[in-house]
Order: sequence, then structure tokens, then C-alpha cells
Amino acid sequence: MARHPMADKRFKAKSPTATFKRILSYLGDYKPQLFVSVFCIIANVLCNIGGTFMISIITNNFILPLSGYNPEKYPVELAQLGSLSGWSAFGAIIGVMAAIYVVGALLHYLYNILIVRITSKILQDVRNEMFERLQSLPIRYFDSNTHGDIMSLFTNDTDTLRELLSNGLPNIITNVLTVVGMFIMMMVLSPLLTLVSVAILVVMLFIGKYIGGKSGKHFVRQQRKIGEINGYIEEHIDGLKVVKVFCHEDAEKEGFDKHNEELKFASRKAHTYANVLMPIMGNLSYVSYAATAIVGTIFSIRGIFGMNWGNLVSFMQFSRQFSNPIAQMAQQMNGILMALAGAERIFELLDEKPEDDEGYVTLVNATEDEDGNIVETDRYTGVWAWKHFHKADGTTTYVKWTGEVEFEDVSFGYVPEKTVLKHVTMTAYPGQKVALVGSTGAGKTTITNLINRFYDITDGKIRYDNININKIKKADLRHSMAMVLQDTHLFTGTVADNIRFGKLDATDEEVEAAAKLANADYFIRHLPDGYNTMLTGDGENLSQGQRQLLAIARAAIANPPVLILDEATSSIDTRTEKLIEKGMDRLMQGRTVFVIAHRLSTVRNADMILVLEHGEIIERGNHDELIAKRGKYYQLYTGAFELE
Amino acid sequence: MIGMALISLLCGALSGKLAATASTGFASNLRQKLFYKVENFSFANLDRFNTASLVTRLTTDVTNIQQSYMMIIRMLVRAPFMLIMALCMAISISPKLSIIFAVTLPLLVVGLLVGVRLAFPRFEKMLHKYDDMNESTQENLIGIRAVKAFVREDNEIKKFKSVSETVQKLQFSAEKIIVFAFPFMQLLVYACIVCIIFFGGRDIINSVNGKLPGGMDLGDLTAFLSYVMQILMSLMMVAMTFMMIVISRASLDRVVQVLDEDIDIKDREDAEDIYPKDGSIDFDNVDFSYSKSPDVLNLENIDLHIKSGETVGIIGGTGSAKTTLVQLIPRLYDVFDGSVKVGGVDVRDYKIENLRGAIGMVLQKNVLFSGTIRQNLLWGNKDATQEEIEHAAKAAQAHDFIMSFPNGYETDLSQGGVNVSGGQKQRLCIARALLKHPKIMILDDSTSAVDTATDASIRSGLKQEFGDTTVLIIAQRISSVQDADRIIVMNDGKIDAVGTHEQLLESNEIYRDVYLSQQKGSADEEVQNG
Repeated sequence: MARHPMADKRFKAKSPTATFKRILSYLGDYKPQLFVSVFCIIANVLCNIGGTFMISIITNNFILPLSGYNPEKYPVELAQLGSLSGWSAFGAIIGVMAAIYVVGALLHYLYNILIVRITSKILQDVRNEMFERLQSLPIRYFDSNTHGDIMSLFTNDTDTLRELLSNGLPNIITNVLTVVGMFIMMMVLSPLLTLVSVAILVVMLFIGKYIGGKSGKHFVRQQRKIGEINGYIEEHIDGLKVVKVFCHEDAEKEGFDKHNEELKFASRKAHTYANVLMPIMGNLSYVSYAATAIVGTIFSIRGIFGMNWGNLVSFMQFSRQFSNPIAQMAQQMNGILMALAGAERIFELLDEKPEDDEGYVTLVNATEDEDGNIVETDRYTGVWAWKHFHKADGTTTYVKWTGEVEFEDVSFGYVPEKTVLKHVTMTAYPGQKVALVGSTGAGKTTITNLINRFYDITDGKIRYDNININKIKKADLRHSMAMVLQDTHLFTGTVADNIRFGKLDATDEEVEAAAKLANADYFIRHLPDGYNTMLTGDGENLSQGQRQLLAIARAAIANPPVLILDEATSSIDTRTEKLIEKGMDRLMQGRTVFVIAHRLSTVRNADMILVLEHGEIIERGNHDELIAKRGKYYQLYTGAFELE
Repeated sequence: MIGMALISLLCGALSGKLAATASTGFASNLRQKLFYKVENFSFANLDRFNTASLVTRLTTDVTNIQQSYMMIIRMLVRAPFMLIMALCMAISISPKLSIIFAVTLPLLVVGLLVGVRLAFPRFEKMLHKYDDMNESTQENLIGIRAVKAFVREDNEIKKFKSVSETVQKLQFSAEKIIVFAFPFMQLLVYACIVCIIFFGGRDIINSVNGKLPGGMDLGDLTAFLSYVMQILMSLMMVAMTFMMIVISRASLDRVVQVLDEDIDIKDREDAEDIYPKDGSIDFDNVDFSYSKSPDVLNLENIDLHIKSGETVGIIGGTGSAKTTLVQLIPRLYDVFDGSVKVGGVDVRDYKIENLRGAIGMVLQKNVLFSGTIRQNLLWGNKDATQEEIEHAAKAAQAHDFIMSFPNGYETDLSQGGVNVSGGQKQRLCIARALLKHPKIMILDDSTSAVDTATDASIRSGLKQEFGDTTVLIIAQRISSVQDADRIIVMNDGKIDAVGTHEQLLESNEIYRDVYLSQQKGSADEEVQNG
């Protein structure tokens, strides 16, 4: 599995602090809400602590004096509450306590709702930002990262981020505040008893750290195993039709069981440690509770260290709750670390460098005036011109678009060490059909990747109507050409929507005309809902050939000046191809067309055929010339040599 | 008390360990069950789910369910038990004070149920939209070249933003209800505390003053309050568990969908344990429909009889149902009407394993798996010797290029076999199928990336080495089928004509068209080059 060696790295954040700070910076956009919610959290914690503290006041100052309990030993006066005294004061103070609690619960609700809102908004921001960044990235990014890895940024990693924002962070704040608040209250009630609690707490922290570390190690292993089994499932479900044909199900199951067992083992370990943590913490807090109860009772009976019954009752409440936030934090540590690792990967995507586009030459509608000069116009004229602004002298010139593409000594490699194209020089004149022929890896597709700047050349120049393509705005450059690729990708939506992808404002008539041109009209009409048939999952319900027909229709409707057909008809039978060709010929009239094809019947009528080998043009000329040459093309054509 | 705490510690730790064992075991069983089920899926079942969605169901969804399963066994058993125990203790201390619970507990349960009821549909709606969002993101990733080539980035971003906004709104509306639960519980529990302090305090005062002999004392009150806290904790756990269930139910539904899927192709109960005696194939008035409706027939009235050992070519336009036709032979789909016989016996009367074991099929979408070339070839016959492997590889014209790799048959193929070329991959797939020594060999457009000369060698290799095998060749190139014993011309789900190359050239318009589209130019050349 490809992820294997990276796996451990994947689940640990490299710089947790920096990542954490960056997460906080997202919160910055919601300052007012954030301020209110932090205020609410603090107030809520105070209310909770205050409410519990009230128990002590009520016991000491009301219940005990009212009951006249050992008045000699507890010389506490019955408290007055304003003008109220005795029973009415008792009732009133209970009322105060109730009020504190009600306010606390309201605050709790308020900050919860604010946090949920902020979280969902931040997630929306993050998702949008990720998607926007993704759209701006160069093709190289998509070629060098697997879809699974990119998708997991949108699913797993944003999920853990959500968990962190909506639960992790507020819990940390609440828990820390609670611990501090309770600690202070306990110190006020009895510093000595607090010591007892803290001693046990230290033990708890120690155990928590030990078990947490163990569990964390196994969690990382579990994640790696999950990665492995997911890889296995992906590969083998994808090839399931082959499995069926070979009745290979049993061997598949065996392979699966092996991965499944390993995952089970790792995840059992991880969860065992995590699950054992809570009871240990819980029970240590019982120990702490029991110990303080014993010590506290002795103190109270003896009346030493200023201890009294009321304080003890309150203290017991605090000590009962003291360990909870700490145990919770220990348990959440794993989740938080995983969220940080996820956030870090998200930020890595956001920090990817977008495709640079320093181009400033744009494509505009134009007309020719009486003198034959080219003038820019707003309306569609069918005539296009490159608007070229010269920085040096501040003038703007117009160059009529003709569709001439020129390669001058172009070299290129996807990685610096390996040159894929070497010193390619060629010119495609307006209206010419240029065919690229050669083995897999000879550099045919690379040439088309360079023309529309999916990748940028390493050396040499590519000129479009005598303008260096680096100067042309990428959007305009790509608008001026349409690509039909070997692997056709369709999007969820109707058939018509998919054709309209080439021209968003196309009318129904235009869609139909494009489909007819691509010879797709017939099969589309035979679909259950015709042009309104919904395509799902990349058009899985269509055959490869039908998908290619749709892709051709999509390119036809865009009506571009330059067409690039990369194995566009490889899955279409030759007879249908012949039928399309008629439409294509009409489409290609006056346009520059690049054709990459395996089938030589497809390229035969090209004006120029370039035979590529190892990134170099080894032969060029039209069909007749190349056949006459009796070189590589001739060998290919007569079937003496295999194309791969 | 310390002793009790220790026992509780041990039991707690043990329960944690057992819960981990149980939940991970459960997840592993569930995953296994799902995988086994999917392995048994027929082609039709597979068409209904797409690969990506099946993978999610086996991975993310199972993990979600595992999480909530663990919560349930740990919390849902522990919490109610704790709740009841704490309640009992509280009642034993002061039955009178416990009346408070009689009021607050039902309120709490009702509140919780109402919350869950409200939250459920909202969560489902949210998760559904969330799935949509992820699906469209994935689609965008796959189709990024199309997006960029047509400069549709802004349009895609606009689309995504509107979906992500909907997700945000739905998420907020669902979680709004969940966040109400905690303050609500907190309020109720605090209400209990206040009441207890008030009524309990009054009781203590009265009992000490002698007005209420045998009433509560301060210790009782402390203990009582402690039990109230315990009740609060249990309730919190129950509420959290409910939340987990709400969130994981969508996952559960998706998993159950897979488990409940009816596998439409399986062994008949009375299927005999027989093997096809020869490679003859008979289609008797076969109708077929992917949607199982007589209105949309993908194959109509197919009547075709192929003798054992015959080589048959199939030609036809895009979408003419060539693939559909041959997929009925190894019973990858079942006929709608009529019957398909192999070796004179209806394919439905064989055990599937016996039937498919006798048929070698190379699919249009070839898949090789990660592993060595040898491991991939052994799929055809796991006990094959090196000689047998080489024999098959030679017939498929794959031996030479395999030997040209430094590691020969031990060369590692990465996932999907991306490190071999298209033509090499096709030849490996043919060799893999040949290792089965099949009675029937079906090549579905399996030599499209192989040059015509090699293509011809493969066919002659088949004929020489596997002469008894019935061979069906679907091809786009006339040259791949022209020397077949018979050629079937398919058009729009029907057989247009059957005959030899010469007969069809003479009589069939479609065949002639295809032939001319491929031959005209080169025929001219040959004349020119004499």
C-alpha cells in the first residue's frame, strides 16, 4: 500500500503549536461571538462552582443554626439575609442558589449554541477555502497526489477538526477553568484537605500520562492498519468483476481476513488502554473522595484546622467533581492530537502554491474596420483578437486570432531528472490537422499538456499566433482551445448539463446540435429520459464509447478555435468514428487540430503527422510522404511494430 | 470504602478491556460480513452501488458503528445500572426526598426522547447532503482536467459554495437540538439539588428540633447529594450515547443496505455438481434487460448456436450490446427470457463455480492486482507449474516482454498494473485467463492496444495451443475477426447477420461499412505501393 511508509507521519502533527495557533486564527473572524461564548463559559463555570459553594453557606449559616445543632461547638450565628431572617432567610438563600443554577444553565445553552454556530461556519469557511485552493492548483498537484488522500482532507480531516472546534476546545477551556476554580474554592474551604486531593490527583496524572502514551502508540498503529485495509478494500472492490470471472472470491476473503485480523488486534489494544483509563481515573477519584471524607470527618469532629460540617459537605461535593475534568482531558488528548495532525494536512493544502498566471494578453471579440485594422468590440462577431498591452510604451495592439501554434526548441520534464520532451520544434498552421503518433511515454500527451499550460515548459518557447503563451492569460488561453481526453469524465447532472459544460449558456437547440454533430443524439434519445437522463457516479451507466461521444459533443458546443483530441475516439468503433468524422470535419474547418490516436486510420488524413520516440520527433510529413519514406511510420502502419 | 473503590477499579478496568475486545471484534466481524457479502455480489448488484460508495461503507461507516457500539455497551449498560443503584440508595436514605426524582426523571426522559426525535431526521438530512458534497468533490478531482481545460473553476467553486452553505445550515439546525440537551439536563439536576437542600435542610432542622423524630441528618444529606451527582453522570452518559446513535444511524442504514441487498445470481438449490462437458454455447430466444423490464430490452430475441471449438468474432457499433451478449455466458447476468446453454445444459443448472471455472473471460476493463506478475497469472490456476505459466504466457505473446524485465515473472506490478503499457496489460490478462485451460475463451475487446501483428500471433497461438477451446472475440478491428469461423454482426441489441468474412462482405451493409472505414485507405496504399 502506497501510504504505508508515510503512515506514522500522517497521524502525528509536525508542529502542533503552530497548527494550533492557525486554528485559533480562524476563530478571529468571529470575535464578538467568541468573546460572548468565552464570557459565558467563565460565567457558567463560576455559577456551577458558586452553586456548589452555596451548599456550604446554607449548611453552616442556616441549617445548623436553625436546628440549634451543638450550639456550643459551632458558634455560628443564624445568618440574616437583608431584612429576612430565620425560615424566610433560609427560603430566600435557596432561591438565590436556584437563580445561580438557572443562570448557569442558560449560559451553558448560550455558549453551546454559539460554539456550534461558529464551528459550522468555520468548517464552511475551511471547506470553501480548500475547494477554492484546490481549483487554483496546477495539474501537477492532482497528478502527484492520490484522490483518496485529497478526499480524506475533505472528509476525515475536516471531521476531526469539527470535533476539535465543537468539543475539544470548549471542553479544554471549561475543564481548565473548572479545575482552577474548584482548586481555589477547595483551598478556601480547607487547604489541608486540598492537599490530600491534590496528592491523589498527581498519581492520577501520572497514570493518565502512562496509559495515554501506550494508547496513543496503538492508535497510530490502528490508523496505519486502517489505511492498509482501506487500500485492500479499494483495490479489490474495484477489481471485483475480475474476481467474479475467476471465481477468486475465497482467496480474496482470505487476504481480507488477514488484514482484518491485524486491524482488530491493533484497535483492540488501542481501545483497551483508552477504556481502562476512565475507570482508573474514576476509581482513584473515589479513593480521593473516601480519603478526604475520613480526614475531613476527623477534622470536623475535633473542630481542628477551622474545619466544620458545612465546609465538609461543600468540600466533598468539590472533591467528587474535581477529578472529572482531568480524566476527561486525559481521554480527549488522543482526539486532540489527531485533530491537530488533520488540521496540519488541511493547512498544507491551503499553503500549496496556486498555478501562477502572469499572463496579460486577453482574447476579445473584434471586427475589422475599413482600413483593415482590428478593433475591439463587445458583441460576438465570430472574429477574435488577442489584446496585447505593452507595458513598455503603454500602447495596446490587437493581433487577429488565427490559431497558429509554434514550438521552438521545447524541452520538458515532469521531474527535473527525466526529460520527457527534447528539443521539439514544429509549427501547426491555422486550419491544419496535426497528428501525434508514438509509443506510450513518447511524449504525445505531454505536448498537449504544454499547449494549454497544464504544465510549464522547462526550456524553449511556445508561441500562439506569435505571442509567447506565457504572456497569455491562462483562462483565455484555455478558452481558446477545447480538449477531448482519452478518459472522459462526466459529472453528476443530466446529459444536457454535461454537454453544456462546454458552454454554460448554451440553448437546448445548441446542445442538440452539438450532440448530433458528435453522433450522440441517437443513443441519447434512447436513454430513459433522453437529454434529461441523470448521470451519476461519473456516468457509470454509459459505455466507454458513449462517454467519448458526449465528450466530443462537449467540445463541439464550446466551439473553440483550437481542438485537441487525445485518443478521443479510442473506444468508438471505426464505423461510428467515420460518422463522427463528417461532423468533426465541419467542426474543424478553419481550426487548428491536434490529434493523438492509436488507430492509424484516425490520423491518416492529417496534414502533418509527427512520429515521436523518446521525446523526440523522428519523422514528420503527411501520410503519403511517410509511407514513401518506409521508416518507423511505415512499420507501424503495416503492423510490423507494436505501439505501446 | 477504599476496598470497594479497589474492586470497582478492577471491575471497571476489566469492563473497559472487555468492551474494547467486544467492540473491535464486532467491527471486525461486521467488516468481514460486509466484505464477504460484497464478494458475493453479482454484476447487477455491483452496478447498483458504485465502487466509491461500497468502499466508504466498508471503512468509514463501519468505524462509526464501532464507536457507537462501544459507547452503547459501556454506557448503556453501565449508566442505567448506576442510575438504578444510585436511585435505590437515595430512596433508602430518604424516600420522601426521592419523590423529587419521580417528578424530574420522567421530565428528563420525555425531554431526551423529544430531542432525539427532532434531531434524527435533521441529522439524516444533513448527512445526506454531506455525502452529496463529498461526491461532487470527488467528481471534481477525477475530472479536474476537464474543469481546467474548459476554465470552469469559478463555476465549480460557485456550485461547491452553495452546497457547503446548505451543509452548514443543516448541520447547525441538527446540532442546535443536541446542544439543548446538556443545559436541559443540567437544569433538571440542579433543580433536584435545590429541592433536596431545601426539603432536606428543612427535615434536618425539624428532626433535630424534635419536630420530626428519626428524620435526616447532615450525613444523609451529603450522601444523598453525592448520589444525585452520580445520577447526573449516568444521565449524561445516556444522553451522549443517544447522540452517538443518532449520528451513527445513517452509517448503520448504509451498511444494512449492503447486507440486505438481494444477491440475484446464486447457485440454484438443485444445481447439480456437474461440469460443462464441452465448449458449445446455445442462445435460445434470449431477451435481456438491465432494468428487468420488458419495455427496455438490451438484447432482443437472440438465437445463436456455437459449436465446441469454434472461433466466433463479434462486431458491432458502440452500444450495440456486444459485451452484454457475452456476459450472459458465464452467467454474470441472468437472462430475462429464453435460456443460455453451455455444453448443452442451461447455465443456471450449473454450480456457478463449475460454470465459470470452464470459461476464461478477459473483460474490457482489465484489472491487474498489486503483486508480482506470477501472482497475477496464478489467478487462473493457483497450482500452475512454471511450465504451464510460460505456456500460457507464450500463447498470449506475453512471455518475451515478461522476460525482458529484470525480474522476469517476479516483477512487481503496482496497483492497477500502471507500470506496464496498455498492450502488455492486455496480454497479461489473456495469459491469466488461458491458465484456466478454459473450454470457452471470451475476449471482450482485449487486444485493442495490441498491434495487428501481435494480435494475429495471439490468435494463432490460441488456435495452436488451445485448439479445442471455443473462442469468442469482440473486436473493433476487422482484422481481429476476419479469419474467424463465423462472425456475428450486432446492431442495437439484435443480431444483424451471421456469416464468414466473405459472406458478410457480400451481404451485410454494416459489416461492409466497418470494413471500408478501416480498409479503404490502406487498400489504396497497397495499390500505390504495389
